[in-house]
Amino acid sequence: MSTRTRTDAAARRAARPAKTNRIGLEKTSYRGRPSTLCKGCGHDSISQRIVNAAWEMGLDQTQVVKLSGIGCSSKTPAYYLGWSHGFNSLHGRMPSVATGAIIANASLEVIGVSGDGDTASIGIGQFKHAVRRNLPLIYIVENNGVYGLTKGQFSATADEGQFLKYQGVNDLPPLDICMEALTANATFVARSFAGDMKQLEALLKAAMNHRGIAVLDIISPCVTFNNHDTSTKSYGFGRANEIRLHDLSFVPEFEEIQIEEYEDEIEVELHDGGSIILKKIDPDHDPKDRTAAYNVIQQSLDEQKLITGLLYINEEEPTFTELLDLTDTPLTHLPDEKLRPSREALEGVMATLA
Amino acid sequence: MSVAVREAPVVVPDAPAAVNDFAINVATANGSGSQTSNGVLLRALFKMGIPINGKNLFPSNIQGLPTWYIIRLSKDGFLARREMTDIQVCMNGRTVAEDMERVVPGGIVIYDDSLPVANNRKDVTYYAMPVKDLVKEAGLPHALRDYVANMVYVGVLAELLGIEPAEIEAALLHHFEGKEKAAGLNMAMVERAIEWTSGHDMRNESYRVERMTGFNEGKILVDGNTAGALGALAGGLSLASWYPITPSSSLAESIEKYAPALRTDPDTDKATVAVIQAEDELSAIGMVVGAGWTGARAMTCTSGPGISLMSEFAGLAYFAEVPAVIWDIQRMGPSTGLPTRTSQGDIHASYYLGHGDTRHVVLFPANPAECFEFGRVAFDLAEELQTLVFVLSDLDLGMNMHISEPFEYSDAPFRRGKVLSAEDLEERQGSWGRYMDVDGDGVAYRTLPGTRHNMAAYFTRGTGHNEYGYYSERPEDWEQNLERLKRKFETARQMVPPPILDEVDGADVGIISLGSNHDGVEEARARLAATGLTTNYLRLRALPIDESVRSFIDRNKTVFVIEANSDGQLHSILTTEEPAQALKLVSMAKCDGLPLSARYIAEQVRKALEEELI
Ligand SMILES: Cc1ncc(C[n+]2csc(CCOP(=O)(O)OP(=O)(O)O)c2C)c(N)n1
Ligand code: SF4
Ligand SMILES: [Mg+2]
Repeated sequence: MSTRTRTDAAARRAARPAKTNRIGLEKTSYRGRPSTLCKGCGHDSISQRIVNAAWEMGLDQTQVVKLSGIGCSSKTPAYYLGWSHGFNSLHGRMPSVATGAIIANASLEVIGVSGDGDTASIGIGQFKHAVRRNLPLIYIVENNGVYGLTKGQFSATADEGQFLKYQGVNDLPPLDICMEALTANATFVARSFAGDMKQLEALLKAAMNHRGIAVLDIISPCVTFNNHDTSTKSYGFGRANEIRLHDLSFVPEFEEIQIEEYEDEIEVELHDGGSIILKKIDPDHDPKDRTAAYNVIQQSLDEQKLITGLLYINEEEPTFTELLDLTDTPLTHLPDEKLRPSREALEGVMATLA
Repeated sequence: MSVAVREAPVVVPDAPAAVNDFAINVATANGSGSQTSNGVLLRALFKMGIPINGKNLFPSNIQGLPTWYIIRLSKDGFLARREMTDIQVCMNGRTVAEDMERVVPGGIVIYDDSLPVANNRKDVTYYAMPVKDLVKEAGLPHALRDYVANMVYVGVLAELLGIEPAEIEAALLHHFEGKEKAAGLNMAMVERAIEWTSGHDMRNESYRVERMTGFNEGKILVDGNTAGALGALAGGLSLASWYPITPSSSLAESIEKYAPALRTDPDTDKATVAVIQAEDELSAIGMVVGAGWTGARAMTCTSGPGISLMSEFAGLAYFAEVPAVIWDIQRMGPSTGLPTRTSQGDIHASYYLGHGDTRHVVLFPANPAECFEFGRVAFDLAEELQTLVFVLSDLDLGMNMHISEPFEYSDAPFRRGKVLSAEDLEERQGSWGRYMDVDGDGVAYRTLPGTRHNMAAYFTRGTGHNEYGYYSERPEDWEQNLERLKRKFETARQMVPPPILDEVDGADVGIISLGSNHDGVEEARARLAATGLTTNYLRLRALPIDESVRSFIDRNKTVFVIEANSDGQLHSILTTEEPAQALKLVSMAKCDGLPLSARYIAEQVRKALEEELI
């Protein structure tokens, strides 16, 4: 019985060859290890979009590296692009590790993944300096407004007035990742939503094509820690027992939020019963106009809406590696004799010390 | 305060005490441009063949606070700091009183006549220099007068002591990198001062310099930071990232200075090394770890406060097994401490840096030639052991000028450690585990990002992992991994530069010391030997220690562990690692911001031995 099933499946595959990309690989080759995040976590949706975008672009995974800081978001590089080297580094320090990797081997495609705590709290300094250097780096922030991995504290992107069960009300204004990136002279700034398949994949592909730093602020709901009990539409499920989340051994399973295509704005209901309004950027917005980008972000903040789409792009600025004027051959590929001076050159210096 | 007492007599008997054998102390105010004049004096004496050492005691300040430059001349080649001054040059009114305390009876004091120097010591000779007048008379452009004022004492000393003017001129040309106009202006000032001095019959009988041979031939004059920079550039450095901090900045700046000449690819005219000023030390070490992981030789240089910031990355490099090199040019801590004074206070911090059970390889260069050598050795060890390696220098070694053997060029292949290529993976049919101890030495195989094989990738993390690099919280995996790291540390013991031993027949008192204490230790040993107390000496060049340290302690009755910090950090590491011998180890730790003097070491050793006898 089972034998026949396998034969049938094989026959079916043979009849309908699996879809492969331009380098002849099936999409499954772009997967990573199974995710250990909460079911329904927005971060998993983003991982899926990375798999899709990389497959569709036909990326050679052996020439890609995936770097991250620390957090639920930063765990995700293990869950996609299994043939790529990955480095889950330190909380808030992914940008510096990425800088070193990029300089060592400028031919690699480098994807950095971070969280809002990782980037906007502990790592705001490294973030802004990586942006300022215009590193050839795709910098993804999986932004959920909380610290997921340490169980639900406010991050620096939490909305003013937001309520979290165990921390109460957030009194401080949020940092806006896109605004911070723009101020630090980012050459590619975009925002999207984890559940917006089409827009997110398009932006990821655009980021992969960008020479310098591409900052993608992706709103990515945390299904477990953005609860608030004032919500009328809360999942009363795991909450009925009122167990403190620090002792939580039961995490309700949710579906990842996916949204349909939308034109102008869409209100997205989150797992906790709250909602956010996503607003697509006006098709007439000129993404090469920095001032317009500032205005559009500020306006959406004033309206308490999250503007999504490509906010700013500048293809003119040199990247950090271009400025360093290094050999075209990556430094890691140089043979010994190129990594040391000639005997004469050293003797020349020694003569000045004698 | 103690009364100034004449230093114990020099070791070698019958020596005409004051030919090429005394110390000059130049007291100036920071920012007054004395670096040029002092450097020129030092170099002129070096070129006359005289063993010399120059120590700059400078404040953490840009302008105005006191600075001293101490030049020691020693025909016998003893180059440690001398505590007492034979010839005092006073160019700073604010320090005259304390400067006078250090002048030996019979010494000479030369001072700017505008300063309030009360000629109240009957046992020294005073000479007042009319600095302002001489500067005026030299007929130099107004704007330059302040810059050349310090050349007055150069000229006076030249005439007084017999320093050859031609060597001063050559040293000026060297200092100004061949720019004749700048050198000429300064030389004019020197000449005017020489002329003035000779007209005042100031020749003295007690102190002279004379051209000599037998010591400086074939040697160079260089600071440890320049040496380390050249060593790294010759040792395959690909990325240096740094954040400015005294006394390490000049190491990074030397890399920047010499990189174009040494590391421009002749075929493409492009750089083969990147130097990056990071936004802080966290980022500096992060870049090093990122580059080391990717397969490049990378280093950062810093000092105590920077080490503190690098702590978390140190643990990551240790546990995720990423090659990285940190040069720590030590200064006085704790905290901001004395930022411009030397110390060996980071031995503990660097050996154990990081939380959890971490230990790192630490190298201790003692002279510029070793700084150069360790520039490369640090990379070899970091890559072979896939770990963080510290090079522990200090302000005295790093920033002061030392006579050194010239640096030896080597084109031996770099030792890049266990790296699997795509072909290796093909052979193994892709079966490998990143943290698997295939060879039994604790060092596993790694692959580099960008290796074109779909089994090359692995996931690097600071979290618990099994042999394949997969996340694991299993107690067995954790223990196995830490056991392997210990095995790797045992391997490191056999690979680090071994200690240098100097043992004397019949001696049973030992000295263990490290780094820049060497000059003081050697001179102290000579002093002790001259009074009949011979000693054995082990100069430690690295941690972890190897078997030879144990057997050295074994062979001695008492072993003094001499270091420039106050807690006796090396002593405590040695007693921890050699508990059976702990009672033989006597800590001699001193930390006052100055390089250890021979007098201090010799006195302490003698005192300790006498007390023990009582
Ligand atoms: C130096 C340091 N401090 C604190 C932590 C604990 N920590 C781990 S993850 C995290 C916050 C993560 O938040 P975020 O970056 O938003 O990621 P998320 O889990 O929400 O995806 C913190 C504070 C740490 N790992 N390292
Ligand atoms: S805690 Fe939140 S961020 Fe973390 S995995 Fe669960 S849902 Fe995702
Ligand atoms: Mg978060």
